[in-house]
Amino acid sequence: MSESLGWPLWEVFVRSSRGLSHVHAGSLHAPDAAMALRNARDLYTRRNEGVSIWVVPADAIAASDPDSKGSFFESPQGKDYRHATYYVKSEGVKHL
Amino acid sequence: MEQQLQAVSGAAAQQSPEQQADAEAGQAYFDRAMAADSRIEPRDWMPDAYRRTLVRQISQHAHSEIIGMQPEANWITRAPSLKRKAILMAKVQDEAGHGLYLYSAAETLGTSRDEMMGQLVAGKARYSSIFNYPTVTWADMGAIGWMVDGAAICNQVPLCRASFGPYGRAMVRVCKEESFHQRQGFEILLELANGTPAQKQMAQDAVNRWYAPSLMMFGPPDDDSPNSKQSMAWNIKRFSNDELRSRFVGMMAEQVKVLGLSLPDAEIRFNEETKKWEHGALDWDEFKEVLAGRGPCNAQRMERRREAHEGGAWVREAATAYAAKMAAKNEVAA
Ligand SMILES: [Fe+2]
Ligand SMILES: [Fe+2]
Repeated sequence: MSESLGWPLWEVFVRSSRGLSHVHAGSLHAPDAAMALRNARDLYTRRNEGVSIWVVPADAIAASDPDSKGSFFESPQGKDYRHATYYVKSEGVKHL
Repeated sequence: MEQQLQAVSGAAAQQSPEQQADAEAGQAYFDRAMAADSRIEPRDWMPDAYRRTLVRQISQHAHSEIIGMQPEANWITRAPSLKRKAILMAKVQDEAGHGLYLYSAAETLGTSRDEMMGQLVAGKARYSSIFNYPTVTWADMGAIGWMVDGAAICNQVPLCRASFGPYGRAMVRVCKEESFHQRQGFEILLELANGTPAQKQMAQDAVNRWYAPSLMMFGPPDDDSPNSKQSMAWNIKRFSNDELRSRFVGMMAEQVKVLGLSLPDAEIRFNEETKKWEHGALDWDEFKEVLAGRGPCNAQRMERRREAHEGGAWVREAATAYAAKMAAKNEVAA
């Protein structure tokens, strides 16, 4: 049995068609970016699922801490004025 | 020094008040998520037992996909036409993909892929008992697609809603691909069933051999499935083994008529009272034997898996060496 090679983890993002953004599809292990792209093509686009792929080393991604749900994401409470539905006086006015 | 170390490890074993408070808040959040049927993501707090259960289930599922390539790969070189050969290769490649999606999902729980692969190759991991049966005729490719992939679909569709996000998402991807697997199998059987009497007999034989093992894919009966209750409480499992098996039998009983074949079970019937499909007794001793490693092909499957793993070692090493070389070159250039 061969020892662990410890290939890094890559996150894969696929653009399904022109005009849309890349969306996270999954992850894989590969020794370098070129192999990661080839593996991503074989693993995540066997049925024409994409026209473009990004691979990103998983450790290069900074993520918000799930525990800070309350504090990190500012409460939307009392900030209804950020939504169009807050403004009711203009109801009935056309094209507004 | 040693004492110091002991003191440190002693402190680690005993939770500090802050850690305890964190765990309590985490448990409360987890319980609320379960009650609201919402999802748990990898970085959320989760009970250790939930994590362990998921690692076990997802890695076993991944191993099944990987080992599951073998019974069908057995017929790639002998497929009856170029079209069938291309289809079978595409299916086997999909199963490899399913294994990889699932290993990725399990890895988000903190168990490395190398560890899981190592357990499989060392013969320490379980995988679905179904893949330890031999594929003796071409018709087995039909029976596997129709019945084995069919049973897998019944199992996997509810898993798309599993409470652990990465598992559910992997299952969505898998389920999209599985319907082709089942249809191509059904088509193989349909063609044989409408062929010569010998071909029809070959199709019937395959159905006869795969029927009981595919029913056993849903796992032991509910009263002998100790972990099911907890899995259901955790929203990992949505329906009991017997419930899923009964649904599957119902579908098979209808579809087999289109094939013009029969299922080798005289006791199949729809119970008007319970509104459930019933089937004849299954040989659970055989199931346990196969799961314990004493099925017809267990040794062969493990042997082949090891061979493939070791045979591919030089490719992995070469890719690693090349990546290191290129990285060094880039550093010099920069
Ligand atoms: Fe699969
Ligand atoms: Fe499949």
